[in-house]
Order: sequence, then structure tokens, then C-alpha cells
Amino acid sequence: MSGYDLIIVGAGIVGAACADYATAQGMRIAIVEPGVVGGGATAAAMGHLVAMDDDPAELALAHYSLGLWEAFANLPQAEFSRCGTLWVASNDEEFARIPEKIARLAASGVVAERIDARELYRLEPALAPGLAGGMRVANEAVVFPPAVARHGIDQAIARGAVYHQDAVFRLEDHGVLLRGGRRLTGPMLLANGGALPSLLPGLPVRLRKGHLVITDRYPGVIRHQLLELGYADSAHGGDASSVAFNVQPRPTGQILIGSSREYDAIDTDVSMAMIRRMLERSFRFLPQLRELDAIRLWTGFRPVSVDGLPYLGRAPGRDDVWVAAAHEGLGVTTSLGSARVVIDQILGRAPAIDPAPYDPSRVRS
Amino acid sequence: MVDACDIVVVGAGPAGLAAAEAAASQGKRVVLIDSQPRAGGQVWRHDVLHGQPRVATDAIRDVAGNANVTCLEGTQVVAVEPGRLLLQDAQRGFHLAYGALVLATGARELLLPFPGWTLPGVTGAGGLQALAKQGWPLRGKRVLIAGSGPLLLAAAATAQRHGAHVVGIHEQAGASAVHRFAAGLWRWPAKLAQAARLRLELARVPYRTGSIVTAAEGEHGVSGARVRGRQGDERIACDLLAVGYGLLPQVELAQLLGCALEPEGAHARVQVGPWQATSQPRVFAAGEACGIGGLDCARVEGRIAGLAAAGAPVPPTLVQRRDRARAFAASLREHFTVRDDVRGLANGDTTICRCEDVPLGAVRPHADTREAKLATRCGMGACQGRICGSALAELGHGPRGGTRPPLFPVRLATLGEPVLSSVSDTRGYTS
Amino acid sequence: MKMSTVRLTVNGRRVHVPAGISVAAAIALVGEPFRRSVTGESRAPLCGMGVCFECRVRIDGVAQQRACQRVVNPGMRVETDG
Repeated sequence: MSGYDLIIVGAGIVGAACADYATAQGMRIAIVEPGVVGGGATAAAMGHLVAMDDDPAELALAHYSLGLWEAFANLPQAEFSRCGTLWVASNDEEFARIPEKIARLAASGVVAERIDARELYRLEPALAPGLAGGMRVANEAVVFPPAVARHGIDQAIARGAVYHQDAVFRLEDHGVLLRGGRRLTGPMLLANGGALPSLLPGLPVRLRKGHLVITDRYPGVIRHQLLELGYADSAHGGDASSVAFNVQPRPTGQILIGSSREYDAIDTDVSMAMIRRMLERSFRFLPQLRELDAIRLWTGFRPVSVDGLPYLGRAPGRDDVWVAAAHEGLGVTTSLGSARVVIDQILGRAPAIDPAPYDPSRVRS
Repeated sequence: MVDACDIVVVGAGPAGLAAAEAAASQGKRVVLIDSQPRAGGQVWRHDVLHGQPRVATDAIRDVAGNANVTCLEGTQVVAVEPGRLLLQDAQRGFHLAYGALVLATGARELLLPFPGWTLPGVTGAGGLQALAKQGWPLRGKRVLIAGSGPLLLAAAATAQRHGAHVVGIHEQAGASAVHRFAAGLWRWPAKLAQAARLRLELARVPYRTGSIVTAAEGEHGVSGARVRGRQGDERIACDLLAVGYGLLPQVELAQLLGCALEPEGAHARVQVGPWQATSQPRVFAAGEACGIGGLDCARVEGRIAGLAAAGAPVPPTLVQRRDRARAFAASLREHFTVRDDVRGLANGDTTICRCEDVPLGAVRPHADTREAKLATRCGMGACQGRICGSALAELGHGPRGGTRPPLFPVRLATLGEPVLSSVSDTRGYTS
Repeated sequence: MKMSTVRLTVNGRRVHVPAGISVAAAIALVGEPFRRSVTGESRAPLCGMGVCFECRVRIDGVAQQRACQRVVNPGMRVETDG
């Protein structure tokens, strides 16, 4: 088959969002994926749809995406659960900084409220004593990313997309050569996350390993996704390794525990030492976790760009190669907005938000 | 509390007990671990009414009374790190460093899905035996036993000794296969004698070959089974239905340690050399984990592994005994292979993943177990895919995947704040 | 052999069972149900040896305990969700 309007490489949450949107806009597309749909970083994502105020460009993309996520609120396939987010302040200093965070979020249309310690413990009685209060974003939700990715691919296929269970061997002048020998022609959109540099060496992507723990079913222990306000320091920091308190109540009643970040880890093996660090941190905020059983541990690699913002746009030096990749820990949240930002550009339309901060060409400078 | 440990033996069944005794006899400090409340494993499980066979109590006494051995019952291995294990008991999680390791993790039962298999009162055949020995009320209950292999007879005998009325034993293998197996037993006199004893004990119990349970029926619990035999189909009323299709090796710990495995039918066993060494340095394995071979295999392999782990020479006579015992394993495999129609009993609506209530029909379209897991939740539950994964492997849906920690559901406190056990010092062992 | 008994509570009922039996056996002995599956089906022990997790109950306030792996203790509080 040749002459696609678009060849999408990668069927993770970003590739699936791209495939879904592209076909909805009437494009004839091919999807190329060697593994399981949503089986890469997508399967190691927490699925938390969250706005963080630390970087304006990140916030703009997140806010745009969160609006798009509302369409999934009643879709069973997304397993959308509006548990809300509760950022926890460990001390008065953190508590004092909350109003400016609320203001930054409000400027982007995200509604958050500061809550005092009394309200904090009323909402989440299991939290460790001595916390100062927190910031609640009641409208935020969690999803199950592999199911959303699968849904996006299914939608695309239903609209005529051709799915190739294969890997791209290399990019060529007018399309891709697959490992299985087949050639597909057409413009290309690389949504293959951590594997991006294998096809585009000029766009650096570092891999940042994360660990996850999921417990057996203990409904009611927590109600919101709980994070420490210091989470952004871990996410945006450059430390070789860091952990931050981040736990989520799954609709099943299980508790999903993150988060850890490590550069320079070479394998997918679970590191018991990282698990210890991550859990030690969690126990400080949620002592009750100690008594619960973990039934699974796993890892994933977040793809990280040169500056932490995703690459969304035309690949440097190639007219017909586009990129939607390197989302660090916000791939799920910003998948929907990313798809539109890139595909609107491919279709020659102005995206809803300014695409400049995510332009892959920024790497040159 | 011991303050030094040379060898950790995981599993206190016949193989583990033999390994611990052998290693201790060489002067090594041994820690013997078992997840059950009492040592004995499955075949030597302590029976609340009848205790344990003499040979079992002797083996346990030899080990318990040995100053070189510390027994940790009710303790489970949950993860591994270089040179040490992460363990958990009812109170705490702790590390245990080892100089050498003997894996005697035994076997579990092959439990295959069929309509109604999730009803209360449906158990494995070995499952029924284990429940009976731990005091499950069986007096006056009608029990139907089905599936495959000599375990059916052992389970029936145990049930009967606990006062159950065994209404029938239904062996899926045909009469000629069973006769050929029995005829070959002369090579293992102890097995022949055991078989004869069992047949006598079960003289009143109908024993059918070429017969399978196709469904369990009942409202809130099992009340009967549909059985398909050579004469056709019938319904047999029962209060308990015990169905097991033989045993498979428990290799999860070996896999986590990176030991090479080799196929055992649709499943896997730990690959070992002539002295029970695995592919990992200083890790040995013995007994059912190395392939289903029965009690005598386990005892002699445990002894070999214990000696080898202790760096002691292994007498050639032991190796010869082991080889002879292993031949019995081959005979078992040959005569009791699962029939195709047994594999086809489950339909699309039959639950395959009991932990997450996933029907077989939801899982079948997926190319591999990982894809099925992400799409259906099959294998995401507390049993970590042991039941559904082994069943799917037997049904031809592909092998079970790799193993990640934790090996069993584990308290977060164990993962997050393990105590350093005072047995963490491994001085004294050299390979 | 004289069997001693152990007193415990199962789903709020005070019961006496033979010492040395498992919690799973005790639950069956006193006729209580075990657990409900995620879709609400009644379940009971399958494997008897701690790998199937169908026998999970709450023991002394701690959930998700495998009843077949624990021996009855005096004063134990067993709760099932069956």
C-alpha cells in the first residue's frame, strides 16, 4: 500500500491520539507499531490527568488537553475516574506558596482551591499528621492509559487506518521501510517516544526510568490522587535519581504508587533499592500504606527532550517528517493536545495554542 | 537467631529437608524457609488427624534438632537482590544473605477451567488433599475426584480417611495407558507397593478410566458434576468436586534469580546439571521444581543439592539413585498427558482469570499474555497469573511470561523498610 | 488422640474449633462463606496451598490474608466478605 496521507510511527498514547484525530479529520493513515498497543511507556504511566503550574508552555498544553479529555469522561474504555487531585503541603512554607500556584493555574483556566489542615484531614484522614494543608484540584481525573490507547487505535482502524504490526527499519525519502521489508509512502509522524533518536538522531531523547507499585484492593483508604507539592522538584530537577510522593486510588480500589525518576538506568529490571526509596517517601505522607499488600511492581522509561517540553512539529531539516514525542511524565495528560497541535500544522491550520515552545527546531539553538 | 548463614534452602518439603540435612551434616550453617505454617511441603503436609508419615517426622526431626539449621516456617521469599533474599513472615520483612542457595520450591497443581469450576466446593485434587489435611470438614460429604495421574488416588485416600464418601475417581487417561503405567511400576518397587496399598484402601470406590468432568453444577456451591465417560454422559451428585490434571514445577523464584529453565510440556522446569546446579553460580535446585518426579526423586535430589551446595563430593551411588527415580517422572509424563478434549472444556464464557473475573472469550483474541493483560486485566490479580497463566499455557495460548518481583503479594512495609536480619553475615562459605 | 479446641470469632460469631486446623478449615467448619469475586460471585478455596488466593479473608483487622496459610489462634477475629 502506498500514498498515505500520514504514516504514524508508534501506537502508545500519543500515537493513538494522533491516529484518532488524523482519521477523524479524514486522513488516510497507516499505523506502525512493533509491540503491544499502549505497551511501552504508556503501560507504565499513572494515567493522571493533571495540570502543573511550573512551566507556562507545559501548562498551556496541559490545559488545552484537559479540555479535550472531558469528551472521555463517560467513555467506559477510558476508565475515567474524577477523583480529583490533592497537592499536600508538608510545612508552612509550602502552604504559603499555594496562592501563587492557584493564580497561575487560574490564568490558564484550571480551578484550584487552597485547603487548610482541618479540611485536608477531613478529606483524607489517612494522611500523616503534621501536614500544613494543601491545594485541591477537584475536577481532575485519572484514566487507564493502555485502554485509552487501544480505543484510539480501534477508532482509527474503524475509520480505515491500516495497522502494521512491525517496526520501522529506517526513514527514507518518501516514506518508511519496515523491518519486515514492506515500504510505506507518505508523510511521517513519529510518535515513538524513547525510540525517536533511532530514527531521528538529531533529536535527543533521554530515558528517565520510573518505578510503580500497585496494591491489592483496599477501597476507601484514599479518595484523591495525592502528591507532595515538592513533586515538581523531582520532575523538573536534573538529579540522577529522585523520588516524590504520588499515589492514586484506582477505580478497582487498588492504590497505585509512584513516583521515581532515574537517568542512566540501563535495564527494565525492578530495582529493590529504588522501590525502598519511593516507599519510604510514601510512608512519610501515608503511614497506613505499610500494612497494605503490593501485588505488582514494574518499571517504565519516560522519554525526555532537551528541555523537558515535548517535540511537537516538523522534524528539523525534513519537510515530510513530523514529531510528537518526548513528553517526560505528562504524556497521558498532553497526548490529546499534542495530537491536535501537530496534525493541525500538518493540515496547514493554525493550532489552538502557540506551537513555538514545542518546535523541534529549537534543538539546533 | 543465628548470626551466620552459609546456605539458604527455600522450601521444607522432602527435597528441602534432605538438602538442609545434607548441608548441615557438612558443617554448614543452614536456614530452611517454608511459607506454610509447618514443614513438610505438600506430600508430607501435616495432617491434623493423622500427623505425618514416619519418614517425614524423621526428616523433620533430623533438621529441627540440628544445631546447624534454623527453620523459618510461615516465611515467604518475596524478592531477590544480589547475594540476598527479601523475606516476609507474619510480623516483619527482612533480608537474608546467602553464600549458596538451594531451591526446593516444589510443584503446584495444574488447574484447568471448565464450566462451573469457580463454584465453592470445586477444588483441585491435590487441593482437596491439602484442605483435608488442614482440617476441612469432610465427614459424610460426597466427594467426586477427577482429572489425571496418581495424585487422584492419593487425594481420594486422604479424603476417605477424613470420613468423606468418595463417590468416584475419574481418570481422563484411557484404560490401556493406565495399565501400561501400572505395568511399568515394577521398576520402582516402593511406588508399586504404594499403588497396591491405595487400590486396596479404595477398593469400594468406583474408578473409571477414559472419563472426564465436563462441568460443575450448583447454585451457591457445587451440587453435582457432569461426567463424560466411555458409556456416555451422566450427572453425579456430590458435595465436593476435586479436579486436578497433575502437577507443574514452581519456577518463579528460579526465574527471578535468572536461572535457565527448560520446557516441561507446556510449562517449565529449572534446568540443572548432574549435581543439581542451576545456571546461576551457587544456586542449586532439587525436587519437583526440576521436573515432576515424585517423592523419591525429591529426597535424593535434595541430598545431592545439599552436598553440592556445601562443596562436598556427591557419591556416584546417589546420582544413580536419582537417575532411576527420574525415570519414573518420564513414565508419569508419558501416560498422563492432558487430552485435547479436556483443553476444550472451557467455553468463551468460562472464567479464566479468577482474580479479576475475566472470561476466556475476552482473552483468546490477544496475541500474547502481556497484551491480554493490558486489555482484559487477566493476570493482574493477587495470584499474579499463576492459576490463569498456567491454565492458558496448557490450553495452548503461549507460555507464561517472565517473573518480576514480588513473588507473592507482599506488605509494603517489607518492601519499604525491611529489617536487616542478623543472619545477614555470610562469612564462612567458599565455593 | 485428644483434640483441644480453640475459640475464635468468625463474622462476629464466637465458635470453637479443633486446635491446629487452618483458618480456611475453620471457616468451612462453621459454615461461613469465604469471599466474593470482583463481580460478586461466591468463591471458596481452590488449591489449598496458598497460590490461588481464593481463600482471602480479614484476620484481626488485616485484609487479604490467605486463610489456608494460617493456623487458628485463640481470640482470632476472622471476617469474610462472602
